Amino acid sequence: MTSKSLIPNGPRPRRVITGRNIMLYGTLILVCLYYVLPLYVMVVTSLKGMPEIRMGNIFSPPVEVTFEPWVKAWSTACTGLNCDGLSRGFWNSIQILLPSVAVSIIVASVSGYFLANWKFRGAEVFFTILIFGAFIPYQVMIYPIVILLREAGLMGKLSGLVVVHTIFGMPILTLLFRNYFTSVPEELFKAARVDGAGFWGIYFRIMLPMSLPIFVVAMILQITGIWNDFLFGVIFTKPDIYPMTVQLNNIVNSVQGVKEYNVNMAATLLTGLVPLTIYFISGKLFVRGIASGAVKG
Amino acid sequence: MTKFTAIPATVAMCIASTAYAADLEVTHWWTSGGEAAAVAEFANAFNATGHNWVDGAIAGSGGTARPIIVSRIIGGDPMHATQLNHGRQAEELIEAGLMLDLTDIAEAQGWKDIVNPPGLLESCTQDGKIYCVPVNIHSWQWIWLSNEAYKKAGVDVPSNWDEFVAAAPALQEKDILPLVVGQQGWQTNGAFGVIQVAVGGADLWSEININKSVEAAAGPEMAKVFAAADTARQMSANSNVSDWNLATAKVINGEAGGQIMGDWAQGEFAVAGKIAGEDYTCLPGLGVNEVISTGGDAFYFPKVDDPEITAAQKELASIMISKEAQVAFNLKKGSLPVRGDIDLSAANACMQKGLEILAAGGVLPSGDQVLSSDTTGQIEDLFVEFWSDLSMTPEDAQARYADIIASAD
Amino acid sequence: MPRSKRPSGLLRNLNAKIAAIPMILIASVIFVGCTVWTVVHSFTKSRLLPKMDFVGLDQYERLWSTRRWLISIENLAIYGLCMLVLSLVIGFVLAALLDQKIRFENTFRSIILFPFALSFVVTGLVWQWILNPDFGIQFIVRNLGWESFTFDPLFNPEIVIFGVLIAGVWQGSGLIMVLMLAGLRGIDGEIWKASRIDGIPKWKTYLYVVIPMMRPVFITALVLIASGIVKVYDLIVAQTKGGPGIASEVPAKYVMDAMFSKQNLGQGFAASTMMLVSVLIILIPYAYLEFGGRRRDK
Repeated sequence: MTSKSLIPNGPRPRRVITGRNIMLYGTLILVCLYYVLPLYVMVVTSLKGMPEIRMGNIFSPPVEVTFEPWVKAWSTACTGLNCDGLSRGFWNSIQILLPSVAVSIIVASVSGYFLANWKFRGAEVFFTILIFGAFIPYQVMIYPIVILLREAGLMGKLSGLVVVHTIFGMPILTLLFRNYFTSVPEELFKAARVDGAGFWGIYFRIMLPMSLPIFVVAMILQITGIWNDFLFGVIFTKPDIYPMTVQLNNIVNSVQGVKEYNVNMAATLLTGLVPLTIYFISGKLFVRGIASGAVKG
Repeated sequence: MTKFTAIPATVAMCIASTAYAADLEVTHWWTSGGEAAAVAEFANAFNATGHNWVDGAIAGSGGTARPIIVSRIIGGDPMHATQLNHGRQAEELIEAGLMLDLTDIAEAQGWKDIVNPPGLLESCTQDGKIYCVPVNIHSWQWIWLSNEAYKKAGVDVPSNWDEFVAAAPALQEKDILPLVVGQQGWQTNGAFGVIQVAVGGADLWSEININKSVEAAAGPEMAKVFAAADTARQMSANSNVSDWNLATAKVINGEAGGQIMGDWAQGEFAVAGKIAGEDYTCLPGLGVNEVISTGGDAFYFPKVDDPEITAAQKELASIMISKEAQVAFNLKKGSLPVRGDIDLSAANACMQKGLEILAAGGVLPSGDQVLSSDTTGQIEDLFVEFWSDLSMTPEDAQARYADIIASAD
Repeated sequence: MPRSKRPSGLLRNLNAKIAAIPMILIASVIFVGCTVWTVVHSFTKSRLLPKMDFVGLDQYERLWSTRRWLISIENLAIYGLCMLVLSLVIGFVLAALLDQKIRFENTFRSIILFPFALSFVVTGLVWQWILNPDFGIQFIVRNLGWESFTFDPLFNPEIVIFGVLIAGVWQGSGLIMVLMLAGLRGIDGEIWKASRIDGIPKWKTYLYVVIPMMRPVFITALVLIASGIVKVYDLIVAQTKGGPGIASEVPAKYVMDAMFSKQNLGQGFAASTMMLVSVLIILIPYAYLEFGGRRRDK
C-alpha cells in the first residue's frame, strides 16, 4: 500500500489555525462531549465506594479513589457459586468470538460478492428474503432454531453456536458487502475477467484489498455483536463454555439484593474494553480505497 | 460476598473423580450476595455426598432465564436441575414428558406429611405424581414501615392500613412520601394483591383468583378494594423509582413512610443494619388480615437417559428438602422453610411473625399458583397503567380487571 | 447493469454457485422456514411450548384490543422516525467532518463509536441516572441557580420516548458514522479535484454528487437502522422497563413479554407476525424498485 492510500478523502485543509478549523474541531469536541458524558459517569462511579455512591452526585469525581470494584468485577464477583468474576468466561468468549466472527464474515462477504458481481437469475429473491430476515426479532426464532439444531445434533456445541451467529449476522453483513462491492468500478472487474481471473481470483486479488474499510465495519459489527451476545451463548452452549457476558449479566442484572453500581460499571467497562481496543486498532485499516489509483494504472 | 465456596468446590472436584460421582448441572437465578450464599448451602450439601454440583446461574428470572431454561429442555440437552417458580409455569413441560417423576422418593420420604402448608406440594403435583421440590416460601403479604419517617412527622407508627392512610397527610407535610411503589408491573400488581386481601378479605381473593368469579371481580366488595388502591396510588404519586430495592431504600432512609413488598425486602433492611421493631416495622397483611401467601421457589429435574444421573437427581431432591438444608438455606435466603417440623429460632422478629401465622394456618396460595402467567401478565399490565395514569378511574380499572378475570384460565 | 448476465448452463460459474449455497440455505430454511412456522403458530393457542392447537383469529383479536399493543405501535412510529432521521443526519455529518483530513481522527472515531460496545443493561442504567430529576441533569442545572428548570423525560409519559431516543442515538449513531465514513473513503478522490476546479461549493458537492454516489451505503445504513428500530427491546428494558406505566412500551417488548413472561407463545407470534407483515409491506415495493423495474444507470 502506498503512502498516498493513507491520505483521507475529502478536500484538503489549507492552514492549521483557521476559522474553518476552529469550527470543525469545536463541533467535533462538542459532539464528543455528548458521547463521553455517560462514559465519564461510568468511570467515576466505578472508582467510588458504595457509601459515596449512595450519597448521590453522579457527576462528582470520587473523593476516595478505589480500584476495588474493578478487581472485584474481574476476579471475585460471584455468579451463583463461582466467585471468580469476569475472568471466568474471558477465554470462553475469545473461543466463541474468533470462529464466529471469521466464519460469518467470510460467508457473508462471499455472498455479497456473488450478489454484486456474479448473480444468477432469482438470486434477488433470496437476497430480499435475507433483508427481510434482518427485521425478525431473533427471540422469535429461538424455538425453531433450537429444534433445527437438535435435529442436526449441534445443540450444546460450540459449532452450533458458530452456525447461529453466522445465520444472524448474515442479513446485514451480506447487504453491507453487496452494496459496497456494487460501487467498485466495473472496469476493474471486466479487466480482471479479460485477464482470465475466476471467481475466487477476483475476490482475493481485487475485491478484498479494495474493501478494507467495509471489512472493518463488518468486523466492528460482528465483534461487538458476538462479544456482547448473551442469549445465544447461554442457550446453545453449556456452563463450561459460557461466555463472559453470562457473568456480566449475573453481576449487573441480579434481581434481588443490593445493586453494586460501582462493580456493575467496572464490569461493563471491562467487557467493553475488547471491542473498544479493536475499534482503535482497526483504525489503521480505515484507509481510502485504492480504486482511483488502480483504475488509472 | 463470600469466598467460602471455593474450597468445598475444589474438594468436591477431587471426590467427584471417584466411581459413583455424577456431575449435575443446576440452573437457577439466585445471583445476589445473599441468594448465592443460600444456594451454596444446597451445593455444599450435595457435594458432600460425593457428587458434583455444576453451577449454571443466570440472573434475571422471567424474561431472561425462562427462554433459556425452556430452550435447553426442548433442545434435548437439558440441565439436570432447574429452579422455576412452582405453580403453573412448568405444567406443559410435564405434560410433554420432559420432567422427571419424583413420586417414588417423595413417597418413601413422606413429603406429604412434612411439607407445610400442603398447598406447596400440591403445586408440584400433576395427575397424582410429584414433579418438583418446593424449597422455600416467599410471601407478598407485608408492608414495611419506616419508624424514622413517622417520628419526623410526629405521628405514631401505624398498626394497620386505616391508620396508615390517616397518617399520610402528616407525612406529606414534611415532604415524606407516604407510600412508595416501584413503577413496574409486578410490583404494582403485587401491592394491589396485598390490598385486595387486606381490604376485601381472603375469601374474596379466593373467589376471584381461584374460582375466577366475574361477579365478585365486578362486585361492590371489589369496588372498595379499587377505591383503596386509588388511595394508595395517590399516596405513592411521584414515587420516581422503578426498582423495588431502590423503593425499599427510601423507606430505609426515612424518605418514605412505607412500602408494600414481599418478605425479600427484609434482606435490604438487614444489609443496611436496621433492626426490626426498632428502625422499621413490619405488618403482615397490612395489619388487617394476617396471612402468608405461599409463593416461593421450587426445583424441577428434566428427564435424562443416564440412570446414574437420574439417581443423583433424586438424591439432590431429597437433600433440598432435608431438615439441615432447609434451615441453612432459608436462614441465608430470608425466606420461610417448607417444613413445619424444624426450629428456626435464629430468625428475626418479622420472620418469627411469619412463622407464627404459618403455624396458625393463615395461608393463601400465591398468584403464581392459581393464575396462568398469561393472566398474571395481563393484570400486571393493567395495574402498572392504573398506578401511573391518575386519569384512569377506579371504575374503569375494575371493569378491565373483570374482563381479564372473565377470560382467565 | 448486472455484470453476470451471460448465457449460463448449470456448470457455468460453478464456483459462484457454490458460494451462493450458504445464503440460499439460510434464506430459505431459516428465514422462510421460521417465518412460516411463526405465522402458523400465531393461529394456535400455544402457551409455553409450541403446539398445533388452532384457535383461528383469536390471538389477533386479543392483540388489537390490547391498549398496550396500540401504545407500542405509536411509540415505535415516533421513535422510529426520529431515530432514522437523527442517525442518518448525525452519522453522515460526523463522517463528513472526520473525512476532512483532521488530526486525531482515530481518537474521535473511537470516542463516537465506543457506546456501541457497551452492554445495554448498563447503558440504560447510566442514562437513567443522567436523566433522573433527583440527581441527574435537572439536579445539576437547578444547583447552578436555575430553580425552575425541569428535565425529567423518563418520568413524564408524554416525552419518555424521547428520553429513550437520546440513549438510542448515543448508542447507535457511531456505527452509522463509521459506515458512512467507509463509504466516503470509497469515493474517487478525483471528484473533489474536479469540483474545486469548477468552483462548486463543498456542501453542494456533498449534496449533489457525493450523496447520490453513496446510495448503496445509504441503503445499507437505512436497513441497519430500520431493523434496529423494529427490534428495539434491550434498550427499553434497561432504561424504562416500558414505564412510566406503559408509556414507553414497544412492539418487540410486547412480543418478548407475551412469549416468555406471559408464556403465551401464540400471542407473541401473532404480534410478531403483525410486525413482519408491516416490514413486508415496506420491503416489497423497495425490492421491486431495486431489482424488478427499471435498472439504475451507473
